[in-house]
Amino acid sequence: MQLTCVINEVEYTKEIAPNTLLLDFLRSLNFLSVKQGCDTTNCGLCTVWVDGKPVLSCAMPAARVQGCAVTTIEGVDEKAAKFAEFMADQGSDQCGYCSPGLVMTVLAMEKEIPHPTSDQIKHYLAGNLCRCTGYVSQMRAIENYLKRTGAKGAS
Amino acid sequence: MFELNEFCTVSSLEQADELLHRDKKNVILGGLLWMRMGSRQYHTGIDLSGLSLDKIEDTGHLIEIGAMTRLRQIETSDLLSDNFGTVLRDAVAPIVGVQFRNLATIGGSVFSRFSFSDITTALMVLNTQVHLHRGGVIPIEEFVENSPGRDILVKLSIPKQKIRTAYRSVRKTATDFPVLAAALSRSKDGWKIALGARPSRARLAQEAAKYLSHDPDDRQIEFACTKVVEEMAFGSNQRGNKTYREQLAKTLVKRGIEAICS
Repeated sequence: MQLTCVINEVEYTKEIAPNTLLLDFLRSLNFLSVKQGCDTTNCGLCTVWVDGKPVLSCAMPAARVQGCAVTTIEGVDEKAAKFAEFMADQGSDQCGYCSPGLVMTVLAMEKEIPHPTSDQIKHYLAGNLCRCTGYVSQMRAIENYLKRTGAKGAS
Repeated sequence: MFELNEFCTVSSLEQADELLHRDKKNVILGGLLWMRMGSRQYHTGIDLSGLSLDKIEDTGHLIEIGAMTRLRQIETSDLLSDNFGTVLRDAVAPIVGVQFRNLATIGGSVFSRFSFSDITTALMVLNTQVHLHRGGVIPIEEFVENSPGRDILVKLSIPKQKIRTAYRSVRKTATDFPVLAAALSRSKDGWKIALGARPSRARLAQEAAKYLSHDPDDRQIEFACTKVVEEMAFGSNQRGNKTYREQLAKTLVKRGIEAICS
């Protein structure tokens, strides 16, 4: 079947198998930031945005993004780089495998909740697992990032 | 990995119905979160995304929730929380993560009649009706008890009512399935108490609810909590044993009653 969608503001038209998952479709187009860390739809590593909303690309049929706008971390590289500075500052990044999914979820949260409390941050990010760094340093990085000069949610 | 020979976004419920009954290996697609983890071979995946069933609407006397409404929409809907309190939000909020809930559909969650379902437990105390394409409109407690067969869940409807609600669950870790889930409501028609993940499917504790007056005293609450354990079957699985669940049931029901009366 033929699929047409926009990925990071570029239109693609491709032939896909009906059971192709969005994760595999994106990786086949060389968006290799999108990774699968579990096989149970739980880890959040594969998070991308579809029409601005964060979804698990490992569970979404590619056919369902017909006519949609898909965003991967490659499409928000400036914002991602800014957030990465705060991650590095707190040492909240080790193997880095889960980082693209985490970054996409943090940036989605920033758009959706202008002034998140600590509990709201934890709730929004509960679906992003990290198995080496630990979440305390990530929380520090996220809170510092949201409070940065010029941030939407900065007081 | 599941297999799908064709993916068809239908333009009407009639087309979906025709496709569903054309071949036993054709299937209605919900959020695909469970299906994709299986290894079954399907012929045509029937996608309802084009039927505008992803809305929560106020029709005057009812709130209607389309089958393709995502659990995240349920969580963030002011219409639902204004009318029914936070019971639905509290039921879906612990389910995996935001990205998961942006995909999981209410229709898929209810139609699958999952025994661990948070959302079915919560819907049960709101007099929810399930609208099936062929099977008509039936109360959710009947739907959960009896397999709908090959049908299409179109929408849910909940009567607007003056109601107070509470949802309580116990989980071993955040985002996991519940060890036990309890939903309660109080309206002019009295109390409703639903328990899910017992670990079998959610049910209403109808006898226990009869012990509760509008503002129950401690004795009535004690009787109701005891009756809940007597009238409902609890069991064991890897998340907890029967005795543990019976203790939890008493505590969750008591906390729910107290939350509603506070």
